[in-house]
Amino acid sequence: MTEQPTTVSGPPASGGEAEHYLELYRRMRFIRRFEDEVQSLFMQGLVHGTTHLCSGQEAGPVGVCDVLGDADRVAGTYRGHGHALALGVDPAALLAELLGRQTGVCAGRAGSMNVVDLEHRLIGCFGIVGGSIAAATGAALALKRVGGIAVAFFGDGATNQGYFHECLNFAKVHELPVVYVCENNRYGEFTPFEQVTAGEIAARPQALGLPTITIDGNDVWTVRKTAAEAAERVRNGAGPHFIESLTYRYVGHSRSDPGKYRKPGELDEWRARDPLIVARARLSERYGTSSETVDRVDEEVEEQIQATVQAATDAPFPDASAPAREFAP
Amino acid sequence: MTTEIDFRTAINQALDEELERDDTVVFFGEDVAVAGGVFAVTGGLAEKHGADRVFDTPISELALAGTAFGSAVGGLRPVIEIMFGDFLPLTMDSLVNQAAKYWYISNEQASIPLVVRSAIGAGGRFGAMHSQTPISWFEGVPGLKIVCPSTPADAKALLKAAIRDDNPVLFFEHKRLYAMTGEVNGDVGVIGEAAVVRPGDDVTLVGAMRTVHECLAAAEALAGEGIECEVIDMRTLRPPDTATVLWSLERTNRLVVVEEGPRTGGWAAEIVATAAEEGLGDIDDIRRLTTPDHPIPYSPPLEDAFLPGAEAIAAAVRAL
Repeated sequence: MTEQPTTVSGPPASGGEAEHYLELYRRMRFIRRFEDEVQSLFMQGLVHGTTHLCSGQEAGPVGVCDVLGDADRVAGTYRGHGHALALGVDPAALLAELLGRQTGVCAGRAGSMNVVDLEHRLIGCFGIVGGSIAAATGAALALKRVGGIAVAFFGDGATNQGYFHECLNFAKVHELPVVYVCENNRYGEFTPFEQVTAGEIAARPQALGLPTITIDGNDVWTVRKTAAEAAERVRNGAGPHFIESLTYRYVGHSRSDPGKYRKPGELDEWRARDPLIVARARLSERYGTSSETVDRVDEEVEEQIQATVQAATDAPFPDASAPAREFAP
Repeated sequence: MTTEIDFRTAINQALDEELERDDTVVFFGEDVAVAGGVFAVTGGLAEKHGADRVFDTPISELALAGTAFGSAVGGLRPVIEIMFGDFLPLTMDSLVNQAAKYWYISNEQASIPLVVRSAIGAGGRFGAMHSQTPISWFEGVPGLKIVCPSTPADAKALLKAAIRDDNPVLFFEHKRLYAMTGEVNGDVGVIGEAAVVRPGDDVTLVGAMRTVHECLAAAEALAGEGIECEVIDMRTLRPPDTATVLWSLERTNRLVVVEEGPRTGGWAAEIVATAAEEGLGDIDDIRRLTTPDHPIPYSPPLEDAFLPGAEAIAAAVRAL
């Protein structure tokens, strides 16, 4: 891949905007700390099975979800804690779900990979690579009638699935109101995406006639502005749009992955472009936000995180003797 | 009021009436709108209900099932057509992992009211990939309902019920029943109820779709020999109405289950297992008639020998 990340200059500074982006920083910081705690709870044996963290990728979910309205719907992935939190899912209920507790957002039935929270516009997180693409495309079919748009988050690996090709074509043929957000974090599980992906990812939606843009997915200003423009066009009936958001995950694909496949120095290069570092620098440069102000946000996030962990770890497990209904009545 | 129509018209009427009744019902699939379906089942629906509600899709079965699932989460009641049941493996992830699990794993936040119509069954010389009965592929999927009508009346009544059901339903139409005629009315059927279509006290014959008619023909022949067969039409195979089978077995003590589908892992095995588990004291003898465990052949004499017909059923009953 040789494409240059697109950067945007953004609107001029103002008080409201400074506060707004400080809030987006807060959300990203919260997701980062949430994932740290998930990792820690996993090591303690309290998060079960497997889990996929989005540490390093926070700007994508936060920037995109910030431009969505009440009628819009989102489908996320098995790396979906950030998608859920960016949509406003209760963090304690999300963490309780990961811990398999009764107070979990799905009462412990779903776990980390399959979270659903319709009240917060989350159609679902999908455990099979590419599943979110179909869910959002179908939701767009319904939303076309009532207003509102759908967003599908998925990774670079999903662009090689049948879901990707079939649904993008389907969406374009029917001009459905959907924004496809490919979070290209450079690795499909353990394998560099260039090794298993012919051509450029962005060339694929372009070939199907979808307006497509590749952006720096670690800059929440860029992500938000790009998403806002795409969402507005989609809302106005321009059909499906595609955003390739270039980013990087700091942790392995899942619990069993030490990340030995990374090129030497690659992790350090991306850490220098950490969404939180980028945001701190921009807050200072653009709005003169002091580092003390940002530090205070970090402290507030820390308090919220501790309360979240406490609430989730205190929650009871579900009653295994309670009857389960196979079918809706 | 009842009128005599063919099976494909019964399907068309059910779709038409439900599209008319409920604005959230939509219907889409390959060649279903402009062309009216490759089995000439869906003609006129697009013209009447509009291109927003009845439309043609790309040949993309996974996208068909996936968008049906997503649109159901979004508040629609989609009906899709998968042209041949043999194409259902292409839909599998969306139906099995997305639609069927949603109600349970979301902790009942929402269910998926979605119907998949699909033409199935052998005997038409379509070969190994256009003739299968894919029921056993889905029998082990919690959260799915499987409906298998054998008459125009049930086709119409059960399709209406499937569209009104809040769960994902696979609705199978046997290709060799499309031309069958019979009386229908405007009733909405009940999913999960078998029907006793011929009473008898000597042997219980259980079938679904085409094999119901083979069982009836066998019962007719056996009646001439003094053997009275009770014929049960399962009508729904997931969840199966095993209570009706056990009720009949209590009187007849002999059970023959006839499935057009592979022997290993089929629905007949499930019925027989339930009979053994819950009705062991009632059983004098028990048999399964199925298709063999090899792909469906093309050549007419090979395909005819492959299918469990009335003669084979009658022979099995005589041998009990």
